[in-house]
Amino acid sequence: MLAYIGRRAILAIFTVWAISVLAFAIIQLPPGDYVTSYIAQMASMGSVVSDEEAQNLRIQYGLGQPMYVQYLKWMRLIVRGNFGMSMEWRRPVTEVIGERLWLTVVVSVAALILTWVLGLPIGIYSAVRQYSVGDYLATFVGFIGLAVPNFLLALVLLYLGFVMFNAHIGGLFSPELQDAPWSAARVWDLLQHLPIPAVILGLAGTAQQIRIMRANLLDELRKPYVVTARSKGLSEARVVLKYPVRVALNPFASTIGYTLPYIVSGSIIVSVVLGLPTVGPLLLKALIAQDMFLAGTIVLLLGVMTVIGTLISDILLVWIDPRIRLEET
Amino acid sequence: MAEPAVALEPTSAVADAREQRVFVASQWQLMWWRFRKHKVAVASGLIVIAFYAGVLGADFLAYADPDASEAQRSLMPPQRVYWFDGWRFSPYVYAVKGARDPQTFKRVYRADPSQKIAIRFFAEGFEYRVFGLIATTRHLIGVDRGLDAGETVFLLGTDVQGRDLWSRLMYGTRISLTIGLFGVTVSLVLGVVLGGLSGFYGGVADTVIQRTIEILRSIPTIPLWMGLAAALPRDWSVLQVYFAITIIISLLGWTDLARVVRGRFLAMREEDFVVSARLVGCSQMRTIFVHMVPSFMSHIIAATTLALPAMIISETALSFLGLGLRPPAISWGVLLQQAQNVQTVAISPWLMIPAVPVIIAVMAFNFLGDGLRDAADPYGR
Repeated sequence: MLAYIGRRAILAIFTVWAISVLAFAIIQLPPGDYVTSYIAQMASMGSVVSDEEAQNLRIQYGLGQPMYVQYLKWMRLIVRGNFGMSMEWRRPVTEVIGERLWLTVVVSVAALILTWVLGLPIGIYSAVRQYSVGDYLATFVGFIGLAVPNFLLALVLLYLGFVMFNAHIGGLFSPELQDAPWSAARVWDLLQHLPIPAVILGLAGTAQQIRIMRANLLDELRKPYVVTARSKGLSEARVVLKYPVRVALNPFASTIGYTLPYIVSGSIIVSVVLGLPTVGPLLLKALIAQDMFLAGTIVLLLGVMTVIGTLISDILLVWIDPRIRLEET
Repeated sequence: MAEPAVALEPTSAVADAREQRVFVASQWQLMWWRFRKHKVAVASGLIVIAFYAGVLGADFLAYADPDASEAQRSLMPPQRVYWFDGWRFSPYVYAVKGARDPQTFKRVYRADPSQKIAIRFFAEGFEYRVFGLIATTRHLIGVDRGLDAGETVFLLGTDVQGRDLWSRLMYGTRISLTIGLFGVTVSLVLGVVLGGLSGFYGGVADTVIQRTIEILRSIPTIPLWMGLAAALPRDWSVLQVYFAITIIISLLGWTDLARVVRGRFLAMREEDFVVSARLVGCSQMRTIFVHMVPSFMSHIIAATTLALPAMIISETALSFLGLGLRPPAISWGVLLQQAQNVQTVAISPWLMIPAVPVIIAVMAFNFLGDGLRDAADPYGR
């Protein structure tokens, strides 16, 4: 078990490294270096960067030195918690991102929980009552969920909310609590706004979980031990829930590894459509304004959070599934 | 065949003949028979074919120049088409008159029932080249000589710049569906080569490639795509951006295909026919491409079909955000960009129409891919 977790952890470290290289590449790709664009930016604001200051910045980021040196210097700054300056906002990147990162986590986790809470029971129902009206309905909704890209779904819901209720369903907070400090009222407000983005983000994942659960459970239900259990006179609920569901659950748990990146990915674009105060709209704005330190940092942080989430789910999986535990020892 | 079975019933002779046919059928025939039974997949296949026919004939299906903008006809609602004139089948529309509302300053359009405009089939319109070669002016629909379809017919309304949405949608379909096709081709090459290396050689190559796939799969793709797409130089031509976007999308999309290919290679490496091919002295290339690849070709085709919708959605999403293809290129995502603002959409809901082909195409590819996968699986139920 420890060996397994250790292997996953090493892989996670490699993944973080790969993401950091890609984030660095994103920062480096646009023409010109950070300092020249910083000077231009400051000049357009009417302030002048002294030669000495520019020189210091160049040394700090190792500009003009080979790529790998620049990368290492950037990494060193990051480890110390210095993500550079956001050009557009003229503030440190960490300050600009602020609570938006945590709101991204909240929205993603809510969507993930939703895929489980909805996907599991519906999948079980679909398998047990195969070819019933409910099964067909679940299959149909499932296909819609898989086929409609979530940002289009967001757009349609936004439109319907606007036309039918004349209400703006986007956002995560009511206007009066938008910039208020955290309080019980604000948390409650957040919880009230959370379901719509969570449903939009989680629908595709839910659809997939329903399909997987249904297929797995159908395979299990045909096995002889289920017939034995039934012939012994166990109640139907017990026949289904005691073993088949537990066995069918296993491959289901392992999909979390790629459900999470998918949801985080989707949250970016859905946030843009719904105007959620997550890192999504910030990333888009940063990219369009070529504010590369901000953009690179967001890509890096999102990637790292996803990797951590996946690692936690891997560990949970080992804990749930004795087969993996035994295999690896 | 067992003797008594033949003696018992005449019907078993028929069954026997059918069985005989199954025995001699080629793999592709077996697949086709099984595929045919899956009605939804067959229907989806026809839809996909229709889509690609539309890709080839976009100029023919469009009746107005997709780039012809005119402020005088900005944000026109879709026109109502009257199919029968009295009892005769002769579709027509009413001419539209635009004016500015003195109170809201919005342009309002009113149909003018005194002015009927007949819609003609195979009429003449703007000039284009069939497959880029033969110049012609024929279009599926158009209006009488002397009138301009671009100024009189608005089947799906117009956008903010007054460009005809139907015609733009036809050209958008061309770009969105071909970008998916090119993207999937690049992914396929990467997937087959890397998946093949991984499955055929095993060992270190396998470990490295598998770990790389795992790493790629655990990275959230959209932020990464956005970053890479935003870094493309602004002065690139439409064509350069098109190919760059294709490559960006397929760089992360090959992992599923590689997994399928690797799985097949692993399963097949120890099969008798592969071992004997090796024993009679076939070269490695020959073993792979003459003996192994044909036997899982069908799986690759199914996996490719299932990979296409993801490509289409990725392109649409990127262009929708303004980071993918940029105007003057037309794609579904570029068209949907106009629908980003709720207020605009609430006033002009037809701007959301380009979402319909996205959804239909994605569904059709999914069902078709499912059907192909089931048909390709010899042990399927």
